[in-house]
Amino acid sequence: MSTATRGGMDMQLCIAEAMDVVRARADARQLAALIGFSPADQTRLATAVSELSRNILQYAGKGHCEMSDISTDTTLGIRIVFEDNGPGIADISLAIQDGYSTGGGLGAGLPGTRRLMDQFSIESRPGLTRVTIALVRRRA
Amino acid sequence: MRIPILRIGRILLASIQVEMSDSDALRFQNDVVQKIAEIEALGIAIDITSLEVVDSYMARVINDTATMARLLGAEVVVCGIQPYVAMTLVEMGRDLIGANCVFDLEQALLRLQERIAARGDADLDKGS
Repeated sequence: MSTATRGGMDMQLCIAEAMDVVRARADARQLAALIGFSPADQTRLATAVSELSRNILQYAGKGHCEMSDISTDTTLGIRIVFEDNGPGIADISLAIQDGYSTGGGLGAGLPGTRRLMDQFSIESRPGLTRVTIALVRRRA
Repeated sequence: MRIPILRIGRILLASIQVEMSDSDALRFQNDVVQKIAEIEALGIAIDITSLEVVDSYMARVINDTATMARLLGAEVVVCGIQPYVAMTLVEMGRDLIGANCVFDLEQALLRLQERIAARGDADLDKGS
């Protein structure tokens, strides 16, 4: 199930099944393109969205993400917030280390995503995990 | 969405033309391994030109598929990685694609033929 609403340059997506990950990364790329990000940045963003929405599916089962245009007169900006009500991340500093995984993965997702983005923050407790990423570029 | 795997003699050709979900990717891996075993393929070319996003999971599936194919005895070449995909993978901090890579399908088939010829153990046209 996926629902998308676009008011202005914002959109919200449910993430509850494998195809939602595919949709989320396609939507992120599209929004980034509309805002005016370069193809390289569109790819970085789509990749980050793919990693984080997969994490929601894998660890929480379902959740949602909200993508917002945060551009200003002098900058292009996009912010995406991922939220789920899963068990939470027990140790965030471990979770963002290379090679650490509790889910049988490579442990490359979170640390890799962090390197791709300008801003990356995690808040997590049992019942609510929120990961916020943003990409900001000076206007050409 | 099933990725077709084409056969040319004892070489296989898989071109991923659609965005794959994680389960599509695993099914693809399974299909590749089955097909290689079934025809005792000498080599397989995997074309990922159409993949606009290769994240850590997808990279791992491609990597693993290449390793599995090698274990069975087939040569593997991956072709068509998009420039932005290559940039993103490296920026993520890993050499996630460990397979032998070339630009396009034509080069992939040439490379496969070279490598198979170098092995000197196989007749390209005969299935078994």
